[in-house]
Amino acid sequence: MRVLNKKVLFGLYNDEEILKSAILEINGENAEIMEVYTPFPVHGLDPYLGFNESRLHIAGFLYGMMGTTLAFGFMSWVFTANWPIIFGGKPYFSVPSFIPITFEFTVLMAAVGMVITFYLICGLGPGVENPYLDPRITDDKFCIAFDVTNSSREEVAALSGLLQRTSAEEVHTKNI
Amino acid sequence: MSAVVSNVRPPLVTGNKTYHDITEDICSPTEKLPGIGWVFCLLASLGLLGFGTVAVFCTVWYGIGTWHLNRTVGWGWDITNFVWWVGIGHAGTLISAILLLFRQKWRTGVNRAAEAMTIFAVICAAFFPGIHMGRPWMAFFVFPYPNTRGPLWVNFNSPLLWDVFAISTYFTVSLLFWYTGLVPDFATIRDRATGFRRKVYNFLSFGWTGSAKHWQRWESLSLILAGLATPLVLSVHTIVSFDFATSVIPGWHTTIFPPYFVAGAIFSGFAMVQTLMIITRKILGLEDYITVEHVESMNKVIVLTGSIVGVAYLTELFVAWYSGYIYEQYAFYNRALGPYWWAYAAMMTCNVITPQFFWFRSMRRSIAVTFVLSIIVNIGMWFERFVIIATTLANDFIPSSWSYYTPSWVEAGIYIFTFGLFGTLYLIFIRVAPVVAIAEIKSILKSSGDQYVGPQIADKTGQNNVAGHHDDHHEHELAVVPGTSIVAKEAKNDINTIEKAIEDFKDELGDYNNEDNPEDDKK
Repeated sequence: MRVLNKKVLFGLYNDEEILKSAILEINGENAEIMEVYTPFPVHGLDPYLGFNESRLHIAGFLYGMMGTTLAFGFMSWVFTANWPIIFGGKPYFSVPSFIPITFEFTVLMAAVGMVITFYLICGLGPGVENPYLDPRITDDKFCIAFDVTNSSREEVAALSGLLQRTSAEEVHTKNI
Repeated sequence: MSAVVSNVRPPLVTGNKTYHDITEDICSPTEKLPGIGWVFCLLASLGLLGFGTVAVFCTVWYGIGTWHLNRTVGWGWDITNFVWWVGIGHAGTLISAILLLFRQKWRTGVNRAAEAMTIFAVICAAFFPGIHMGRPWMAFFVFPYPNTRGPLWVNFNSPLLWDVFAISTYFTVSLLFWYTGLVPDFATIRDRATGFRRKVYNFLSFGWTGSAKHWQRWESLSLILAGLATPLVLSVHTIVSFDFATSVIPGWHTTIFPPYFVAGAIFSGFAMVQTLMIITRKILGLEDYITVEHVESMNKVIVLTGSIVGVAYLTELFVAWYSGYIYEQYAFYNRALGPYWWAYAAMMTCNVITPQFFWFRSMRRSIAVTFVLSIIVNIGMWFERFVIIATTLANDFIPSSWSYYTPSWVEAGIYIFTFGLFGTLYLIFIRVAPVVAIAEIKSILKSSGDQYVGPQIADKTGQNNVAGHHDDHHEHELAVVPGTSIVAKEAKNDINTIEKAIEDFKDELGDYNNEDNPEDDKK
């Protein structure tokens, strides 16, 4: 398992609506949230956590364009320069019949490229073992975590109180 | 209140589930010993697979001569089965991609299993062109790779090569889409498991943590993959139809083929999803997640696409007559009234007539009727491909070479092989992976759970809480259920207000009176 050498204070909530209002309140107190963990994608969290829109789609577009260029360019090269041969009286450079493969290859490159990018930027992949705070986070608990590695005891107590005030069911600390 | 939805919309998750109940219900089949039903199904699948292996062995060892293909019928059961399996493979990606773009919440109950079905069906489909090559160990010749045979490349102008790209792209993209959806759910199983199982599921879950940023990217990825898969799924069967439509064979050379094939593919795919889902929900006890509402929604798609297919059959006949081209006319006369009339009759009955029962709500909502009709549709769609392929080829341009084609036991055995393969893969899948997308079901619970929506909720007023609510979800009762009911009340008030406003407006306008309003002088 990967070791982050961090001390984490986290609160577990029972519902995504409580989680959202808790995040709003914590933002109001100017406490810096390290991470929020949820068992399913909770909509509407992004602005609260200050997330920008994901740029994966830009990457996908670029991979797709790469696929288009590669497939169309390769077929054109094969049939005009490397291996010019006439099939059924069609011209060497018969654009319409290159379209299906160009399209398929565009989709293939965009999809494969985006998926690989996704796992790379998230640091996920076969064999990766990330430290976890609580096994119920993938079940029915919503978690707000603070990094308290360098915090004083008073700061931890203040954050812990903040979590409890925002109706966290449980508050724990864990070294990961 | 996370989402405001119509209170009268029928719930998609029944049984008053909490998030934890969902995890329990869907993970538990992977955690306990399989039931007798599963073992029986697996043994049956392995039996078919074993018999089929003998047929595959015969084909590879002795060659294609063990089949009854002949001089005119060069494509028989093999390509019929190929097109049939590819068609079935269309429902999974349609459900997960197109219905995601359309924000259809009922997709969450069935998308996981339907996508698995797609992947296994495409594997079965790809098997047929491979075995049809005669020397399947040369199958890599279909890919354009640098070689030492001089500059020698595959023919990029050939629809058969387009098929290679279409099927392999479709398989890859479906697999990625399916697996990316599975990763968070594997993490859920991982966090419940111990020992060796935990290690295995940790490997499968790629170290998923559930971080909010990861979820944001995951959703973005799913949406774009859906956007890519939508034209892809339509293109795949279009390209399969090009195998026929770009040829010069009467009865194949028609421009209607792409849309007609795509509609047929969705039709047969949904029928197969119904067949599998009705069995799966029974075996695994998932009736709360795959409800009658899901079954009805899919039956609506079946009746729509079935009717499109029916219109396409009639259009084909009309165009054959209207074209004035005698070979085209003969091809269709031969299909309907020639030696293979029984196949044409089976196709028309199973695909066009029987699915029309689904216009009746009671039929759409009957599990037994759906199960029987879904199997009939699958039989009908197999006959459609047989009619298009074999009957057209049997009577070609030269009457002296006309023939009648019946498959050998080896050809039939290879079809059985794919049934065994498909069944085995699917049964293993329902044992090791969550059959319903856990995270996605949780995300629609507040808008589609039966404690939040449904006619019985709409009838209630603020004080009436849902009975049997779990204590640990006390907040739900306070925060959400009364809110829902308030929305219902407000809606009723709104209707009264609007009706009153309309009446007031009418009074203000007054009645139309000819004497007060003489006709305009138009000169």
